[in-house]
Formats: sequence, C-alpha cells, structure tokens
Amino acid sequence: MLEIKSLRKTYGGQGRTVEALRDITLTVEDGQFVCVVGPSGCGKTTLLRCLGGLLTPTSGEVKVAGQTVTGPPDGLAIVFQEYGRSLFPWLRVAENIELPLKSKGIGRAERRKLVDESLSAVGLGDAGKAYPWQLSGGMQQRVAIARAIAFQPKVMLMDEPFAAVDAQTRADLEDLVRTVWQRFGMTMLFVTHDIDEAVYLGQRVVVLSASPTSVLENLDIDLSDERDQLKTRSEARFVELRTHVYARIQEAKGVAAR
Amino acid sequence: MTRVLSRTGLLLGLPVVLLVTWWFASAGSKSFYQPPLETIIKVFPDTWTGARFKSDVFPSLIRLFIGYSLAVLLGITLGVLIGANRRLRALVEPLLEFLRAIPPPVLVPILILIAGIGNPTKVLVIVIGGVWPVLLNTVEGVRGVDEVLSDTCRSYRIGGWLRLRTFILRAASPQIVVGARQALSISIIMMVIGELLGATNGLGYTVVEFQRGFQIPEMWSGVFVLGLLGVLLSLAFTLVERRVLNWYHGARAAERSGH
Ligand SMILES: Nc1ncnc2c1ncn2[C@@H]1O[C@H](COP(=O)(O)OP(=O)(O)O)[C@@H](O)[C@H]1O
Ligand SMILES: [Mg+2]
Repeated sequence: MLEIKSLRKTYGGQGRTVEALRDITLTVEDGQFVCVVGPSGCGKTTLLRCLGGLLTPTSGEVKVAGQTVTGPPDGLAIVFQEYGRSLFPWLRVAENIELPLKSKGIGRAERRKLVDESLSAVGLGDAGKAYPWQLSGGMQQRVAIARAIAFQPKVMLMDEPFAAVDAQTRADLEDLVRTVWQRFGMTMLFVTHDIDEAVYLGQRVVVLSASPTSVLENLDIDLSDERDQLKTRSEARFVELRTHVYARIQEAKGVAAR
Repeated sequence: MTRVLSRTGLLLGLPVVLLVTWWFASAGSKSFYQPPLETIIKVFPDTWTGARFKSDVFPSLIRLFIGYSLAVLLGITLGVLIGANRRLRALVEPLLEFLRAIPPPVLVPILILIAGIGNPTKVLVIVIGGVWPVLLNTVEGVRGVDEVLSDTCRSYRIGGWLRLRTFILRAASPQIVVGARQALSISIIMMVIGELLGATNGLGYTVVEFQRGFQIPEMWSGVFVLGLLGVLLSLAFTLVERRVLNWYHGARAAERSGH
C-alpha cells in the first residue's frame, strides 16, 4: 500500500524557492492501478521521486508497505520519463535488465531466466544482445519496463513513460502496461499529463491541480477491466469520464486565474 | 578492403613523401651533423638490435610501462575520489590547479635530490608527468555522469563496487581515455627527460651519449627509435580505445542519425 499524507515539497536554493507540491494526500491499495494526471510542471515527477525515496519531502509523510520512506524502498521499481537516459548505453539490453538482479544477489541461472521472461513479456524476446541505442525510442522504453518487471517489484512507478513516443507506439505500450499489470499483479502508479491516457489505463484517476499543487479529485474509473484502444475510447462512459476530468481541470484554472 | 587500403595509404602517405624527400635532399651530403638518410638507415640495425636492445631499449620500455600504468591507475583512483565528492573537490581544486601549472620537467632535479638517480626516480618522473591529464579528465568525467542513470542506480540499489565498475568508470570512460592518451605522449617525453640527467642506460641516455661521442648517424637513428616508439604505442592505444569505447562511438552515431 502507498500512503501519502499532506506531502509538501519546496525546492530551495539561491534565493529562489519553488513550491512544487503544496498538499498531497493519496492512498493506493495493494494491486491497484492508479493514474495521476496533471499539467506539466505541477510536480508529478517530484511526487514520484518522493515515493521512490530519491527526494526528501519538506513536510508530510510518505509510506510504502507501512514503512516511512527514507531511501529507495524495497520492492519498488521506477520507469523514468527519459528512457534514452535511463538505460546504460555501454551494456547490452540483457545486461541492463540483469544489473539490478545482480545487486539483489540473485544467482546466475535465475537471473538469466528472469531476463528472458521479462524480455518476452514486453515482446522483445530476441533483442537481448542489442545495445539500447540500436533500438527505437518505443523499444527502449520496453526495455526499461522489462528491467522493472525482472526486478519483481511489488510497486511500480511510471513517470510519463510514453510522452516522447509516437501515437501508434504509445497505444501499443499502453496496452502492454495493462497486460503486465494484469499478469504480475503489482501496485501501479502511473503519472501522465494526458487525460485520455489516464482514464484509459487506470482503475482510479487522481487529478492534480496546477501549481500550487494539491489533489483536485479522486475519481474511480468504472470501465470494464478488459480495455481496448478502439472500443473503450469510444464508449459513452469513457467520454463522460474524460470530459469530467477535463472540466475539473479547466474549472480549477478558472478559480486560480480569478 | 579498398577502404582499409586507402586508409593505410592516407596514414603512410605523408611520412613516405617526407622520407623520400629527405633521402634525396641529403644524398651525398658531406655535412658532419646532417649525414645522408642512407647512412642513418644503414647504422640502424647494428645500433639498435642485439646488446643495446637489452641494455638500453628494454630498460626504457619497462620504466615507461610501469610509470605510465601507475600514472593511469593513480589518476583514475584519485580522479574518482575527487570527482565523486563535492566537498573534497572544493578543497583540493585550487591545489590541483597550482600543481598542474608546474611544468613537470622542473621537478626532475628535485626528485633526484630526494630520491637519488635510480630506477624508482625515473619511474616517478614519468608518473608525475602523466598523472595530471588522467586525474583532471577523470574528475570531469565522474562529475558529468548522467543524473537519470544515477537515480536508476539508487532506485535499483546498485551500489558499492558494482556501481563503480558498471556505472561510474564506464560513464567516465570517454573522458578517462582522452586523459590517458595525453598521458601516453607526456610519459614518453618524461621517460627521455628522466634519462638525460644522471642515467647510465636507456634510450634518452644513449642518444645523448652518441651526440657526445660525435656518432652523429647513430644519434639520428636514436631519434628514429623514439619516433617509432611513439607511433607504435599510439596505434596500440587506438586499438584498445576502439574496444573500450565501442559503445560510445555507436551511441554518438545513433544520436547523430536522429534517433
Ligand atoms: N531540482 C529542482 N530544483 C528546483 N526546482 C525544481 C527541481 N525539480 C523540479 N523543480 C520545479 O518544480 C516544479 C515541478 O517539477 P516536476 O516535478 O518536474 O513537474 P512535472 O513532472 O509535473 O512536469 C517545476 O516548477 C520545476 O521547475
Ligand atoms: Mg515530469
């Protein structure tokens, strides 16, 4: 379970302080798929980094599996937004996936099995020997996802993982993430600035306001578990939900402007 | 195949032209100090194979090898420590700037005073000259490691020796290689300088001995040996670099082609 209580994060330094997050309270149950949506610069990455133990909150509390986060928690994997920079360019794809397993102390045979399984789970069964820079952007992000899967995390955090790939690849990757979640059953926190993507993917959508950032709404997505790019996106309920989220964000902007 | 040939051609073209020009320009020269190239080449085999190889070339090579290796190792070790530690960096950076500004050859007499004129001093001379480029480039390389990769390591709890070996050193390797290449040519220069003062054998010593004994063709041939040594070591370095930085050149090419 992920618990965030009255989280505040202010970046300080050289006279200029930035209040990235003002007041975030949010809970994610084990095995849930929650999407966090908010405009660029509202502090989504900051939120994930606090959860991942890469950043210390200014105030408030962050707990993963009942433990207060002070450093990177056990069993948590992050897929970063900058896929091109999160893979080691001097390691082959399989070695990239294997590296965290090595530091986990997993034996050689088991490592190899996990690498193969995770690569085929993302549809890259035969790319193990390639270097990351020999792959397209979409494939690189698949590798990053495979690395997270192989780590066998209980919690997976994804930071706008598909913001920089083309629309077709993006649709494929969205479905891949759903499949992975259904197959491995981890808790998933997926951050995006794209309202449609958030509604399409999540069981629940958390809407963040623009800076100064707080939670605008916590919305259950009552669509069926089987989602399909064409059918789901044209369902009346889907359109209703996305319109609702959109309206909430617009409304909040109006209030802020006044 | 044709590419290899044309590259070899480019590589050897100018040196061959120069040598041929020298050959004809110096042919029949009566000048004592500028003997014909033909004479220099004639004395070359007798001068540098056999006994002299063992007594002078070999000791020089060993000293160069040890001195250069130590310079690279020391440079990388200190460079990683300083580069990874912001406070230490702030503390030692002014000192490094000062030490770097001292031309290493002026330290040779001081070293001789302190450590005598034996082999350790000659190795130390090479280390003192070669360590700077490696050290400073390693510091830059370690400082410039990618933050996202750094976060990736933290998040996946990749730490200690594994992190050093598979992240820090590899990420800094393009810069370390630049430093190591500069250190190689400096090391050869320092090797010769170390052998000019108070030595009893070695390449530098032999060249000076020939000059003092007015064996001018032999002296010239010694200069050739040093030049050849530099070229061969630089070629060997390029081969190693290709292996170590294969990923780097590949990634750069992929970036340029607009991935
Ligand atoms: N290291 C930092 N130092 C200072 N300000 C930062 C830092 N990182 C992010 N910010 C600021 O915090 C705000 C939120 O950033 P971020 O979490 O990256 O937003 P998002 O991921 O939603 O685009 C932005 O205004 C950004 O400029
Ligand atoms: Mg972001």
